[in-house]
Amino acid sequence: MTLAEGVQIVSFGILAIMMLGTALGVVLLSNIVHSAFLLAGVFLSISGLYVLLNADFVAAAQILVYVGAVNVLILFAIMLVNKQEDFSKIPGRWIRDAATAVVCFGLFALLSTVVLITPWAENTVSPAVIENTVVTIGEHFFSDFLLPFELASVLLLMAMVGAIILARRDLIPEPVEKQETIATSLTLPERPRELASLGDSTD
Amino acid sequence: MQLEYFLLLGAALFCIGIYGLVTSRNAVRVLMSIELMLNAVNINLMGFSNFLDAGEIKGQIFTVFVITVAAAEAAVGLAIVLAIYRNRDTIDMEQFNLLKW
Repeated sequence: MTLAEGVQIVSFGILAIMMLGTALGVVLLSNIVHSAFLLAGVFLSISGLYVLLNADFVAAAQILVYVGAVNVLILFAIMLVNKQEDFSKIPGRWIRDAATAVVCFGLFALLSTVVLITPWAENTVSPAVIENTVVTIGEHFFSDFLLPFELASVLLLMAMVGAIILARRDLIPEPVEKQETIATSLTLPERPRELASLGDSTD
Repeated sequence: MQLEYFLLLGAALFCIGIYGLVTSRNAVRVLMSIELMLNAVNINLMGFSNFLDAGEIKGQIFTVFVITVAAAEAAVGLAIVLAIYRNRDTIDMEQFNLLKW
């Protein structure tokens, strides 16, 4: 990185404040659509941090995959389950929230203590920064990380097939006549699934 | 710039993600919190890759793998949310007790 030290510090501070602010907004805001757009802000700030860490390829991949794919997918999910429902009040819920906040703060204190007291073996004379990270990453992918690289493609295929199967409507071959189910203690409160026969594909 | 700054930033983002994961009632927001936690892990990996392993950047390889898995996880998770919403007509996490008892 050819930037001066002061420029790096200032841009790191701006990006860190942006990232933490938008992350808190994602978690704390009540409107889910605002949260989804703030999530894009988190991803963009993290991409800027990657640029500060001399990783141009991963920064570009972060923007492409997270902002371009994952965030749009989340926005689609919000539109598909667009239901304005007021969650029923649960007594004593603030106790759970407070306990969770305490636990998270304690975890952060623990992690920061570990980070600060560990003597990182940081080589002060840094070796020459790799000029072209794309070439290096490609060499790693096709030599010593070849098997995980291929397995990742299989994983993506499995996830795609699984998502399609989970999200499609169920096709039930023949419409069975409605039978009144006796509500026992084991009956789940599901609404009756609309029956679609295999013959008509109007859906 | 030091390694500790990035590690502290990653820890803070991870804790925010855990808080959102436990306390939020909207199922989609739970998925967003999981994405936050995965990104915190990525920040850690990239920090180690730059400051301790600048010669051969294996941390960036791992980050690319984590991004891949996160994309797959988002797709499957949102499909599950859609299926549950279609069956139960709600996205309140407090009412998803199919496997509870």
